[in-house]
Amino acid sequence: MRALLRGSIVLGLIAGPALAAPRTYAVPDPTAQLTPPKGGGGASHAQGYEAAQANCQTCHSVDYIATQPPGRGKAFWEAEVSKMIKAYHAPIDEADGHAIAAYLADTY
Amino acid sequence: MMDPLDRRALLLRGGLGAFAAAVQPLRALAGDVELPFGNGQRPLVAYPGKRPLLQTTARPPQLETPFSVFDEGAITPNDAFFVRYHLADIPLEIDPDAFRLEIKGHVERPVSLSLAEIKALPGQTEIVAVNQCSGNSRGFFEPRMAGGQLANGAMGCARWTGVPLKSALDRAGVKAGAVQVALDGMDGPVLPETPDFVKALSLDHARDGQVMLAWGMNGEDLPWLNGYPLRLVVPGYYGTYWVKHLNAVTVLDAPFDGFFMKTAYRIPDNACACTEPGKAATATVPINRLNVRSFLTSLTDGARVAAGSVRLRGIAFDGGSGIRTVAVSADDGRTWMEAALGQDLGAYAFRTWSLGIDLAPGAHVIRVRATANDGSVQPMEPRWNQSGYMRNGVETTRVRAA
Repeated sequence: MRALLRGSIVLGLIAGPALAAPRTYAVPDPTAQLTPPKGGGGASHAQGYEAAQANCQTCHSVDYIATQPPGRGKAFWEAEVSKMIKAYHAPIDEADGHAIAAYLADTY
Repeated sequence: MMDPLDRRALLLRGGLGAFAAAVQPLRALAGDVELPFGNGQRPLVAYPGKRPLLQTTARPPQLETPFSVFDEGAITPNDAFFVRYHLADIPLEIDPDAFRLEIKGHVERPVSLSLAEIKALPGQTEIVAVNQCSGNSRGFFEPRMAGGQLANGAMGCARWTGVPLKSALDRAGVKAGAVQVALDGMDGPVLPETPDFVKALSLDHARDGQVMLAWGMNGEDLPWLNGYPLRLVVPGYYGTYWVKHLNAVTVLDAPFDGFFMKTAYRIPDNACACTEPGKAATATVPINRLNVRSFLTSLTDGARVAAGSVRLRGIAFDGGSGIRTVAVSADDGRTWMEAALGQDLGAYAFRTWSLGIDLAPGAHVIRVRATANDGSVQPMEPRWNQSGYMRNGVETTRVRAA
């Protein structure tokens, strides 16, 4: 029950003219998960998958990835990961960045 | 801190009309929508204060209006209005009494204005205006590009209540030599190194009397996710400038060079804001005024209708010159008929249109093309640019009458 209510707007006492209390808002938690690499164990993209798990969701939910156009390939995902590092300053080293891009290109 | 259960009881007992949504659970999944492009699955999610909307992303929230809403009239209801954030540290607690808007920078006397003080500034006014995301319809570009993958629901038209930004700038006294104002809201990045979402307008634009500090939307307080308690309204300009949760206006004596002006939200520097598909622009400028668009709202693509007399309805809008005509073709653009325009809510508003036509049994390709008062016309073929902005080609709706 409590979990159900966690998302309610809790506005405090708003019925009267005295609007003294702070108002709060709760957003639903993200639910989308990264798709595991192809081939079950995904040995070839294990590093990229792990690095994506460790980094991407610091700043955004997985649906940012999953809603991108499908099958755009390596150059597309290299550009996206590069943008996250250079423009948004995601603390991802170069090797992990390339591994993430390779995993995303192969998976999405 | 009151227990949530007690709050809920209070809310229930209080019968708080507009906030009835408050007692609904968040996980109000109302099914899924499949948008007509690759990876177009979107859950319908009801956020507090919102009806079920297409969830493009969860964190930060990006919500798209179901297209059927636009058939309900020229005003988009608050609970259906689209939501777009850039950075995930969005405000989740706001005390309207403690809220302050700072006017600072190149001014005679920096001021810090409460909501009550803002509402008492000279020139309170209302305007009906379209807010459209720069990337509305991005999912339809071909070749596709990265970014928010939107169908046509990242737009809306509301009646905004506020005071001119000019009134607040005058209160602070803009110094000679000022050229721009930078606009910042309460939302910010997760990582301190990530550029904050800050936009800028020229000083002349900011003081034109139309750019508004708005607290009201369709007669109510701004919905939380649309910028409560104060947002900028920039009539005729893309939504990127309509900064939400606005709490800082900085007057500048040199052009602003932040990421979201200098690098992001740029369009090709040419008359069509377009390039050859797949090619980058050689020179760019900040995105600015909306181009002309129109939509058929009463029939969806792939619809089956009864043959015979059909009343078509839709909307049209542009960046503020107003709509001159809306032409409709039921034969894929070979012949055109002029639609009747609905009530004029102002040059920045959705303009409804309608047209009765006869549809013989069989397939029909309906096209809708608006012409604005400034003479601009929607192109028959969609244009392309690298960022997927400003899509405005003549829309096509294929229907079958039987």
